[in-house]
Amino acid sequence: MLYGNVEELRSRYLDIINDPSFGREFDLLLKDYAGRPTPLYFADRLSEKYNTRIFLKREDLCHTGAHKINNTIGQILLAQKLGKKRIIAETGAGQHGVATATVCALKGLECIVYMGEKDIQRQSPNVARMKMLGATVVPATSGSKTLKDATNEAIRDWINHPTDTHYIIGSVVGPHPYPDMVARFQSIISAEMKWQLKEKTGDENPQTVIACVGGGSNAAGAFFHYLDEKHVRLIAVEAAGEGINSGRSAATTSLGTMGILHGSRSLVMQTADGQVVEPHSISSGLDYPGIGPLHAHLFASGRGEFYSATDKDALNAAFLLAKLEGIIPALESAHALAILEKIRFAKEDNIVICLSGRGDKDLDTYMRAMENLKI
Amino acid sequence: MKIENGIQAVIGHLLSKQTTVNKKMMSRIKVLFERKKQNILNVYFTAGFPALNSTLTIMKSLQDAGVDMIELGMPYSDPLADGPVIQSSGTIALTNGMTIPKLFEQLKNFRNEIQLPVLLMGYMNPIIQYGFENFCRDATAVGVDGLILPDLPMFEFEKEFGALINKYKLDFVFLVTPETEEARVKKLDHLSSGFLYAVSASSTTGRDAALSNQEKYFNRLQSMGLKNPVLIGFGIRDKSSFSKACSYANGAIIGTAFIKALENATEQEIPSRIKNFINSLK
Repeated sequence: MLYGNVEELRSRYLDIINDPSFGREFDLLLKDYAGRPTPLYFADRLSEKYNTRIFLKREDLCHTGAHKINNTIGQILLAQKLGKKRIIAETGAGQHGVATATVCALKGLECIVYMGEKDIQRQSPNVARMKMLGATVVPATSGSKTLKDATNEAIRDWINHPTDTHYIIGSVVGPHPYPDMVARFQSIISAEMKWQLKEKTGDENPQTVIACVGGGSNAAGAFFHYLDEKHVRLIAVEAAGEGINSGRSAATTSLGTMGILHGSRSLVMQTADGQVVEPHSISSGLDYPGIGPLHAHLFASGRGEFYSATDKDALNAAFLLAKLEGIIPALESAHALAILEKIRFAKEDNIVICLSGRGDKDLDTYMRAMENLKI
Repeated sequence: MKIENGIQAVIGHLLSKQTTVNKKMMSRIKVLFERKKQNILNVYFTAGFPALNSTLTIMKSLQDAGVDMIELGMPYSDPLADGPVIQSSGTIALTNGMTIPKLFEQLKNFRNEIQLPVLLMGYMNPIIQYGFENFCRDATAVGVDGLILPDLPMFEFEKEFGALINKYKLDFVFLVTPETEEARVKKLDHLSSGFLYAVSASSTTGRDAALSNQEKYFNRLQSMGLKNPVLIGFGIRDKSSFSKACSYANGAIIGTAFIKALENATEQEIPSRIKNFINSLK
């Protein structure tokens, strides 16, 4: 039923994004509007604590507070070239929703964001931001009322509006060409990492790149230009929720099997009967029962190493970063940081961690945790 | 000479036998459309709703009430083509414990009582987990006639799944929408057997269908010389929309309105609810 929508995109996206005029506009907006390049920051005290050399790729300093804006700038320009008047998006933590609402305001296009009812409650600052930016936020009330269900509702909206609407998917999921297109727009992250590392260390390749993975967009961007550099370790960190075997987890590579979700065949958390399981994570942005096909491939081929961090691990990592470096990370990014407790790196290794977003949106959760942990 | 005659006789015999076999083997769906060309009423319901074991009661009541065909939905956690009413019937069915193995168990002897053509409608993921070929084999074995799988794309059908569907002699029904280009409609018609499912508007199930707005689309379908009969579905809810849809095609499919009619029905109430609902369409 979505054949026409997806086919239009598939047949035209490469021509459009490879056009030099598109590239110029995209680069200019990334620079002047999103604030790129984002710094590659050598985290001195964190490095000292873990006895290795840690660089943070500061996507949290992007306009709107996360890497999500890279993709929405690309897709809004694409939507304009396709002549679309109406933009829809799904969002989990609200970062992609805010990034979409932002570019819609920038370009004067109507914006409807689907967000799980549960996420609307736990991410209220982002809901307010989307509304202030002129977007309509529609609660997804089916299923687990989180990212999966918001995605279902956005897809249903697209079925109901086949001609005038572009669907800005926020992650490397969904039907082709989305996983490829979103990865291309996010690849700016590793493109910058390469020249920044070269400047700082003399070598454009680190020993290891670490990123959190829900659907996997910031990881796809951080890994992109290192995929063929076989000696660079790529570490993806999933959300284990309350523990992988707790029944309340979102660790797709540990718990998933091959299935079909939202138009792509990949690893999916599901029952033996093929019903999709409701995931759990303290971080709305990782609360997704699937994973992009690129990551499923990295997992299956062994090119990527997949770990998971629990809600508690992520909270501890967030508090540690705040204290040692004066940076409050998003809960999603805190999962990537949490891996430092689990893997020991060599003293002279250069480790890049993609700090995908900032923690303003998670302050409610952090405040509750401070009460509980008596911090 | 003699031998040739003999061979011809044998071939003639085989051919005539083949024809009877063909007639015998012709699917229930095709037989229905040979017999009846207009006002075909196909009713959708979700297996396991309102209760786990309602399936056969509902089928029998539909048959008694005079419907022509049944589309039996297999519940799924993420039914992307469906609106809220069918979604929620699926959630209830899953909570009741409906699964594909359970459904086949319920359908084991249904052909003793049900003569209507029956199609299974569902989404790919649960079927893939069951095993696609096993699914086709078991569907045929219990007496199911065809499949409607809205998230099986045409190229996947051609590449992999169509051969299995054909191997087990199941009819397969593709969906077309007002946005489907003519060349693609023709191709989908070519690959379909039984009938072609014309979605009344670009929408999920259960939305209001302004059928008269789609007159051009329905006329276009009629003028294409399609090999399959056409049934219109999505948004057909009552007597007036049903008869309107029938004026543009061979018949129509009703789902959401029927599910609503079954809401909170006890096992005892099901036959009368169904009788009343179907009568209201006539």
